Amino acid sequence: MPHIGLDIGSRNIKLAVMEAGKIATLKKEESGFDPLERCRNLLASCPVGPITATGYGRHLVEKTFSCGTVSEISAFARGALFFDPSVRTVIDVGGQDSKAIRVDGAGRVMAFEMNDKCAAGTGKFLEIMARALEMTIDEFGDRGHRNESRVRISSLCTVFAESEVISLIGRGADRRSIAYALHEMAAERASSLVSRVGVAPTVMLAGGCARNPLFTALLAEKLARPLVVGEFPEFAGAIGAALVE
Amino acid sequence: MSNYDQMWKELGLDLPNHEGLLKFLGEAYQGIYLTQKNRPAGMGYFDFVISEVHGLRIKEIVDARKAGKKGIGTFCVYVPEELVLAANGIYIGLCAGAEVGTPQAEQYLPRNTCALIKAFFGFKLANLCPYGEVTDLIVGETTCDGKKKAYEAFNDITGKMHIMDLPNTKSAEGRKLWRAEVARLKDKLEELTGVKITPEKLAEATKIVNDKRRALQRLAALRAADPTPISGLDALLINQIAFYDDPIRFTDMLNKLCDELDGRVKEKVGVVPAGAPRVLVSGSPMAIPNWKLHHLLETSGAAVVGEESCVGARNYRALTPEKFAGLDDALDKIAERYLTIDCACFTPNDERIENIVKMRDELKVDGIVHYALQFCTLYTSESFKVAKELKEFPFLRVETDYTMEDAGQLKTRIEAFLEMVRNRRK
Repeated sequence: MPHIGLDIGSRNIKLAVMEAGKIATLKKEESGFDPLERCRNLLASCPVGPITATGYGRHLVEKTFSCGTVSEISAFARGALFFDPSVRTVIDVGGQDSKAIRVDGAGRVMAFEMNDKCAAGTGKFLEIMARALEMTIDEFGDRGHRNESRVRISSLCTVFAESEVISLIGRGADRRSIAYALHEMAAERASSLVSRVGVAPTVMLAGGCARNPLFTALLAEKLARPLVVGEFPEFAGAIGAALVE
Repeated sequence: MSNYDQMWKELGLDLPNHEGLLKFLGEAYQGIYLTQKNRPAGMGYFDFVISEVHGLRIKEIVDARKAGKKGIGTFCVYVPEELVLAANGIYIGLCAGAEVGTPQAEQYLPRNTCALIKAFFGFKLANLCPYGEVTDLIVGETTCDGKKKAYEAFNDITGKMHIMDLPNTKSAEGRKLWRAEVARLKDKLEELTGVKITPEKLAEATKIVNDKRRALQRLAALRAADPTPISGLDALLINQIAFYDDPIRFTDMLNKLCDELDGRVKEKVGVVPAGAPRVLVSGSPMAIPNWKLHHLLETSGAAVVGEESCVGARNYRALTPEKFAGLDDALDKIAERYLTIDCACFTPNDERIENIVKMRDELKVDGIVHYALQFCTLYTSESFKVAKELKEFPFLRVETDYTMEDAGQLKTRIEAFLEMVRNRRK
């Protein structure tokens, strides 16, 4: 029987249909202002099977779809092991939160850390900064950026960082250097979160930010090891939810 | 509720806003407390106390003051209750656990001050706390930088502060300083009340305070049962009420409740399904009506079985010897008892780790949630040490304030933590 995992995140809803331990379907939609309706749309074309919801909207859909729920932490731990069973540390940098998880070989969470109520260094942060620099997300996360102007962003707060960016533009720093410095700040933030739970030899980066090459490269540099990035990093939570008993 | 408007008006409260506050409190209590299932009947008394939190208890204190007693406000478990009672005073905990009057408080305090300090300021400045208004003296203590500076400003507003200089270490010199501070408080209380504090009066007062502590210890021990016979929320409430209720009546009612809980333990009646993860909450105090973390934990399926906190074990863990060979001996013993308290304001503070481990084992705890008020440097810092000492034991660090803006994130973390605890038990 197919198992369905639904990850209702702050920016996107991800759906995974798992059959016999393999990915059958993966789908994604923006969460928007009516995530429940978006979930209905996503589920409409799905085979029937037990659903497990995760993500910040999990309790929203719990009753409507009479489904089980699991926290993002357990879901990402399980999902990471699906991609690579040797992973023992998982970092998820999502739309509005980031988490670091230490997991054992059975997929059990041993320790975890999450950012506090502020969204510093997350996907939303990078998105707003890209907009301030008038860059597309792809341009912004280009691995070829170098910090030629030697600028440094010191604010963790999105609002303050944005004004820092504006004053750097005012001082004539080039965009690519600023983009580099912003990624460096976000990577530093993620690495400090990870170091609190312990950095295992095999570390996986999941969540939408794993699609950002510059962020991934800088985080790997800070952790002094290559990062495992699954084939569908933003689906790790949905896949994990589908696989959780 | 009967009409206390005249009394509140005479105490200078802002009546319309005060009415709003009581309405809000009533609704919160209904939603958080009265929806709990299978509560012990003995909680009826404590429900009543809450329903009269600004009513009957205040009237009692107003009447007692008219009869010549003095109200002594405190903010901390380091202020010896024995001395207050021996001077025929009324001991009133003034810590506040709700976000009230923050804009007014921020005219005196930096924004990054902890919620507890802001709240006692806010309650005063917004004219919403009758307890502050029925005090004749407010005893502060040098337990953190935030409080030290806040008390200076609070004295400018109230003119009622007496500060006890609590040492930073428990060295011989520190103990000497504290002993002198206890004597200085005795003098201050004598001067205020006109009552001579004698060893006999201190022995009598110590008996009353110890009886209260023994009842709280009894409640704490009953929570070691599985399933736990009382919710963490109810036990927290009792610990909060311990700071302002009449101590003799409180002890009597708590012992009656514990008799009922004895029966429950025998019959294995619990408030949560057997096997619910048992959680110890450790860290900063939770002043009334701060029920946020317990509520989030227990509505997520946990059973909170202990509070390693000032509003909890730090308040009742140690008894004071009841036999004194004279006034100096009494003051020695009282001073010594208070220095057994393991607040993070001391350095080093290794006793606290030992006490956490002891509570964890005695209460058969599955996971520890370390709670620090946001901007509380002392408890936030110690959380790292506690985590390290507990090694792989399930541990969740929470840093929060009185607002509900982070309730969603906290709930996610708490649910993940409980999943982790359950999986680790498998």
